[in-house]
Amino acid sequence: MDPDSSGLTAGAGTGRRPERQRGRRRAGLLPGFAALGSGLWFLLFFLAPLAFVWVFSFGRQEGLIDIELAWTLDNYLRALDPLYLDILLRSIWLAGLTAAVSLALGLPVAVGIAFAPARWKPLLLLLVVLPFLTNLLIRTYALIAVLRTKGYVNAVLGWAAEWLGLPFEPLPLLYNDAAVVIGLVYVHMPFMILPLYAALERMDRSLVEAALDLGASRARAFWTVVVPAALPGVFAGTILVFVPALGSYLTSDLLGGADSQMIANVIERQFKRANDWPFGAALSLLLIYAAFGTLALRPALARRWRGPR
Amino acid sequence: MRTAFGIRPTRRRFLAGAGVAAAGLSFLPRAALAGEEPRLNFYNWDTYIGETTLADFKAQSGIEVRMDLYADNDELFARLRAGNPGYDVIVPTNDFVERMIAADMLMPLDHTAIPNMANIEPAFRDVAFDPGRRHSIPYMWGPMGIGYRKSRCDGVPDSWRWLYDSDRYSGRCALLSEAGTVLGAAFKYMGHPLNTIDPKLIEAAERLIVAQKPHLRLFAPDNGQDLLLSGEVDIAMEWNGDILQAMAEDDDISYVVPREGSILWEDALAIPQGAPHPDNAHAFLNFILDAEVGAAIAETIRYATPNAAARALLPESYTGNPGIFPSEETLAACEPALYRGQEAARLYEAAWTRIRAA
Repeated sequence: MDPDSSGLTAGAGTGRRPERQRGRRRAGLLPGFAALGSGLWFLLFFLAPLAFVWVFSFGRQEGLIDIELAWTLDNYLRALDPLYLDILLRSIWLAGLTAAVSLALGLPVAVGIAFAPARWKPLLLLLVVLPFLTNLLIRTYALIAVLRTKGYVNAVLGWAAEWLGLPFEPLPLLYNDAAVVIGLVYVHMPFMILPLYAALERMDRSLVEAALDLGASRARAFWTVVVPAALPGVFAGTILVFVPALGSYLTSDLLGGADSQMIANVIERQFKRANDWPFGAALSLLLIYAAFGTLALRPALARRWRGPR
Repeated sequence: MRTAFGIRPTRRRFLAGAGVAAAGLSFLPRAALAGEEPRLNFYNWDTYIGETTLADFKAQSGIEVRMDLYADNDELFARLRAGNPGYDVIVPTNDFVERMIAADMLMPLDHTAIPNMANIEPAFRDVAFDPGRRHSIPYMWGPMGIGYRKSRCDGVPDSWRWLYDSDRYSGRCALLSEAGTVLGAAFKYMGHPLNTIDPKLIEAAERLIVAQKPHLRLFAPDNGQDLLLSGEVDIAMEWNGDILQAMAEDDDISYVVPREGSILWEDALAIPQGAPHPDNAHAFLNFILDAEVGAAIAETIRYATPNAAARALLPESYTGNPGIFPSEETLAACEPALYRGQEAARLYEAAWTRIRAA
């Protein structure tokens, strides 16, 4: 395919190859179409459904199936009850922990892939993405088989203990908050690794060589050269992990214990068992605002980190 | 909640039986069906029909059944709430039958088109949630109870106390994760009616469960049988059919209905408003209520059938199984869950959110 005809490369292509006049004119139109397409997509599949949720959130459930559009604030007043705010804060904490653990585990992996020989990279990236192509429910059930009392982790620990002659009591790895965070990290890891890898791939390798030549230790070179270069990826990855983790409910439902309730579990129940769509809509919007707040943090964080330089 | 018990070799007998049934039923007025295309959209629980039931129905009536599956009543209700997407027959549980009648979501039945209603046991012919059976016919029923691992429990845990008010099985027990069920059984333990809506009593039940929470391993999303089989817990609140299935896999697992009484559920067949093939749906309901057909289904899915004629055809291993048919005294203490109204649903749900957050 002619590289100039794709919306993605159009900008770069036109600058460097002025001799291709016709291609340039075509390329000039394409970003417009792309913008129109994504705008329509945004309108039809995001703003329009969200508008329904927004309108519902001011309604009142009348009887079993009717929602009266009362323009009442009652649902929001209920949603701002400390009970629900505490659950939201708890969810933010679990999602934040998920993002932090994903970053701690994902950064070494991304660095490893970025510095791997070129012919290995496609395979390594495929290995990161492959689990992601499996259904979320199946991956979560697989994790149950790994973590449960008679699961693989405890089996391996049991063999090790027997071999060492130590007493062994299976660890309760499943049905607690730790299991929820493990599940969320497992599911969202590609969202962290891929942006980190993209950022590192763009980095100028000679900077690392220069740092090493000028006498920096490997650790010093990593912290002063590689980590700052990865920062845009850190911000993007953190948000891409945090936002979906904040809204997840399946993981806490299947891996969580008696206490593991996330805000999305409460929302799900309003739409199903409680049959209270207006209240569920108000809670959903609260969650969406929390996610938007996180997105707004990104430019601020980026400014602060880039500031001194 | 409605997983199959597994297919028994004895079911083979019914393959022949079903053929006889098909022949016997061929008197059905085909002319009455002439107005509708020979199709039926059936919305059912997973593994909740006989192996050959739908094929037999097609052989007998020429009507092709397309079956979709749902996982819980809430899903069914949420799907039909905004209008029937094209289903002819659904299988709601009793309190949802009541809800859907209240919301005018079920079509009144034409009893003259369902002569096999005569096969239904008298106790199921007139019920509180559907007076006179105007909107539904009974399909399967049973009590919810306690599944437990015999070798890890002291005797038979035949009281809700062991799950609600005791540290004996601390860290080894599970309740279900649905407000109405968990609060309902708490009311039974506290000596109140199952369908209590008094806010003070809801609060008292909430306190009871919050106090028990440190001893609970989890609120199980309807997988108590798996938790028992894998040794995660030794005692769990669960629906009877699920535990019967686990008992077939593991001799050490057993089932008991607590002496304080429990929740009696009944799944019913109904025709939702807006069904595109109501005549076919009536023919299907009548077919299901046939003795041989009902027996073949019960033999496969191992739930208690409310069909007296079908029960009479079934072997002692089924009719005499206390896990399927509880004793008279046990049944006397049980109650069906009723739809408690929107305000009560809200109270229950708020209490449940507090319990989970506590």
